[in-house]
Amino acid sequence: MTTTTHEVRDLLRSHCFTRDMAHEHVDRLVEHAEIAQVPAGTILFREGEPAQDLYLLVEGRVSIEMHVPGRGAQVVDTVEACETVGWSWLVSPYRWFFDARAATDSRVVRVDAAALRALAEDDPAFGYALMRRVAAVMLERMQAARLRLADVYGTSQS
Amino acid sequence: MATSVAAQQAVITTDGLDQLISVLRERGWSVLGPVLRDGVIAPGEVTGVDDLPRGVGDDQQPARYRLRERGDDALFGFASPATSFKPVLFPPRQLLWRATARDDGFDMTRPDAAPPRRALLGVRSCDLAAIRAQDRVLAHRWKDRPGRDVDYVAARDATFVVAVACGSPADTCFCTSMGTGPAPGEGYDLALTEVLADEHRFVVTVGSERGADVLDEVGNRVADHDDVAAAQSVIDGATRAIERRLDTTGLPAMLDAEVEHPLWEDVAQRCLACGNCTAVCPTCFCTSVDDVSDLTAENAERWRTWDSCFTAGFSYVHGGPVRASTASRYRQWMTHKLGTWQAQFGSSGCVGCGRCLTWCPVGIDITAEARALRGTARTSRREDTT
Amino acid sequence: MTATTATSQHASAFDLREFRVTQRRQDTRDTATLSLAPLSGGPLDFRPGQFTMVYAFGVGEVPLSISGDPAGGKLLLHTIRDVGGVTHTLTRLRRGDVVGVRGPYGHGWDVTDGRGGDVVLVAGGIGLAPLRPALLQILARRSEYKRVVLLYGTRTPDDVLFADELERWRGRFDLEVDVTVDYGPPQWRGKVGLVTSLIPRAGFDPSTTLALVCGPEPMMRYVGAALVDRGVPRRRIRLSMERAMDCGVGLCGHCQLRELFVCVDGPVFGYDRLERLLWLREV
Repeated sequence: MTTTTHEVRDLLRSHCFTRDMAHEHVDRLVEHAEIAQVPAGTILFREGEPAQDLYLLVEGRVSIEMHVPGRGAQVVDTVEACETVGWSWLVSPYRWFFDARAATDSRVVRVDAAALRALAEDDPAFGYALMRRVAAVMLERMQAARLRLADVYGTSQS
Repeated sequence: MATSVAAQQAVITTDGLDQLISVLRERGWSVLGPVLRDGVIAPGEVTGVDDLPRGVGDDQQPARYRLRERGDDALFGFASPATSFKPVLFPPRQLLWRATARDDGFDMTRPDAAPPRRALLGVRSCDLAAIRAQDRVLAHRWKDRPGRDVDYVAARDATFVVAVACGSPADTCFCTSMGTGPAPGEGYDLALTEVLADEHRFVVTVGSERGADVLDEVGNRVADHDDVAAAQSVIDGATRAIERRLDTTGLPAMLDAEVEHPLWEDVAQRCLACGNCTAVCPTCFCTSVDDVSDLTAENAERWRTWDSCFTAGFSYVHGGPVRASTASRYRQWMTHKLGTWQAQFGSSGCVGCGRCLTWCPVGIDITAEARALRGTARTSRREDTT
Repeated sequence: MTATTATSQHASAFDLREFRVTQRRQDTRDTATLSLAPLSGGPLDFRPGQFTMVYAFGVGEVPLSISGDPAGGKLLLHTIRDVGGVTHTLTRLRRGDVVGVRGPYGHGWDVTDGRGGDVVLVAGGIGLAPLRPALLQILARRSEYKRVVLLYGTRTPDDVLFADELERWRGRFDLEVDVTVDYGPPQWRGKVGLVTSLIPRAGFDPSTTLALVCGPEPMMRYVGAALVDRGVPRRRIRLSMERAMDCGVGLCGHCQLRELFVCVDGPVFGYDRLERLLWLREV
C-alpha cells in the first residue's frame, strides 16, 4: 500500500460516517477513494450534474446552495467536518439537486459512486451497511431542515 | 380576622339583628347584606331586617336559578347569593393610578380615598372560605413575590364580617366535600345561626374582639343548652341535605396526569367559553392591567379589571394565544381551581359554593366532570403528596 | 417623580420609576437597544435573567428582559424587538423620551452555580439579549469557570444581535463562539442550520456543565433535548420562559404555566421541571 492509501484508510476509519464500519468494508472503500484539498470558493458540483462521488468532509465547511434568480446563490445548508456531502449518487437518476461550494479551505475524501453502487449490488451486507449510514444522515438532515422550515424566529408580522 | 372564640355563645332575636345592623351603621360601617334585586338574591345595602329577603328561598340547579316562597319568616332561608361578596373586597374595576404628562416625563398620583368601612352581613361558610382563599392569594406574602394587592389589604382591614351558617343548601352546593361548610370556619367577627324552631332567634358566636364589642351593644342573652342544640341541628340538617359530592382524593395529581384525557374535548363541545363561571366564582382572581389615555394624550390612567382565563386573549404571547382551544381553556380553569391552586396557595381554590353550576348557561358541572375524569383516568394515579 | 399621595398608603407593586432614554441603537431591522437612566434615585440593580415592566406613557406596559451589564453601573439596557403594540412605540423612542419602569423582577440565571465547571449559553434570536448579562458576569470573573461556550442561532445574518461584540468575543481565546443562521444569503460563509446542530460538536464537558438557554419555545424544546442527549443533567439546564404578563408581580394570573407563575417562580426554570411541560400542547 502506498502512503496515500494508508492515509485514506486512516481518515475513513476515523470519519464519523465510516468509523464503525467493518474493516473489510472500509478496505473496499479505500480502493475507490482519494483525498482532495479544496480551496475556499471551489465548486464541488453543480445542480443537474451527474452525481459521481460520495464526499466525506474531513476539514472545513461546504455550503449547499440553490441559485435563485434575483437573489443569487441562497445557502440552504452547510456541511461541517466529519459530515458527508450528498446522497444523490445512491438514488436514480443520480444527479445533484443543489450546488456545493467549499465555504472555507476544505479537505475531503472522495469515493467513486459508481464503484460504491456496484459493490453494494455484489455484496448485500456491504450494501446494507452503506444504506443504514446514508439513511441516518438523511434523517438528521431532514429533521434539521424541517426545524428551520418552522421559522421559529419569525413573528406574526413577518 | 377572627381571634379567640368566646367561651359561650349568645342568642339574639330578629329585633336584636335589627339592632345589630343599626349599631354597625352607627359605628360607621355601611352594611351590605342579601337583598332581593334583579330577580335574584344578591348583596346590597341593608338598613334593617326589613331589607332582608324574609321568607324567600332559592332553587338552584345547573343552569337554573329561581326564587321561591318558603312559607315562613326565615331571613336567610336561601343558599348562596347570586354573587359572593368578592366584588366588595376585590372590585371588578379598580383605578391604580393617574398620570399627567409634563415636558420631561410624567407625574403619577394614586387614588386618594381610603376604602369605605363596610360590614358584610350574611357571609356563607363557602364565601367565608373564599375570602380566606383570596387573602392567601392577594394579601399574604408568599414565595418571592414582590408585592401584595395593597388595595385588597386596605379593603379587607376596613371590613366587618357577620357570617351566617347555612340552613337551606341548594342542589348545587357541595361545601361539605371541600371542607368549607355548612358551619362557618375562621375569619368572621360574628357568626349567626338562624333557628326557626320554637322561637325565631339567632345563636351568635363571637370571632373577634371587635365582634364582642359590637355584640355588647345589642340586647342578647347567653345561649343555653337548647339554643346550642337547636343551632347544631340546623347545621346537621344542612349537612345531610347536601347530596352533591366532589371526591378530592388525589385530585391535583390526577388533574396533572390527565392533561390529554378526551374529557377536555368533550367539555369543549358544550362550553361556550363565556366566562360566567369565573365571574361568579368567589375565588377567581385573574385581572388585566389596562393602560388608557384621553384624546389629548396628556392624561393616562391605569386600571385593574377582572379578567378570565376563558377569554381568547388571556394567554396571548406574540403570534397568538398559548391556549387557543376551548378545551385547553376549560382544562386550565378546572386544573387550576381543583389542582395547581393547591401547590400555589396551600389549599384548594374551590369552596363548593356551586355558583359555577348555577350560572353556566349550559349547566356544566365541575363535580360531574371530576367524577368522569376519575372514572376513566388512563394514567396511573400518583400519590397525592401536595 | 414617583407617585403617591395618600400618606397612609403602602408602596404599591404598580408604582413606576421614571427613566430617560439616553441612547438608542438600532440593532437589526426590527430590534433596538435603549439605554435608560433614572430621573432620580440610584441605578436599578439587577441579576442576569431578570426583567422589568416598561411603560410607554398612555400606550401600555410590557415585560422586557434586561440586556445590560449587571456590574455596569448607571444605565439600564433593554434590547427590544418590535412585535407591534407597546414594543412598536418603545423601539421608536428617542433620546430624552421618558418611560416608566417597575422591577427588576423574577428569578435569574444564577450564573455562579456554574463556577468550577463549564458553562454553555445557547441563544436563539432575541434570546441572546437576556443571556448577554449572564455572559458578561462570567467574563468579569472568567477564572472561576472552566470552558465557556456561546452557541447562537438566528434567522439570517442580518438578524444577528450585538455583532460587534460577538466579533470581540470570538477573538478571545477563553471563549468559544459558534454562530449559525436558518438562511444564508449569497456570500455567506458561516454555518446554516438550527442552533441545535451546534450542540453535538461544541467543546464542553457535559458532566460539569451548566447550560443556559433562551430563545423561541420550539427552539428551547429541541435544544433541551439535544443537551440531554449529550449528557448534561436536566437540573443543570436552565431555560428562560415567556408567557403573557400583565402585572409581573404574581397577581394578575396571566403568566401561569401549570402551577408556576413565570413572573415570580421564573422566568428561568430548570429543565427538569419544564421538560414535560414543553412537550404538552396549550398548557
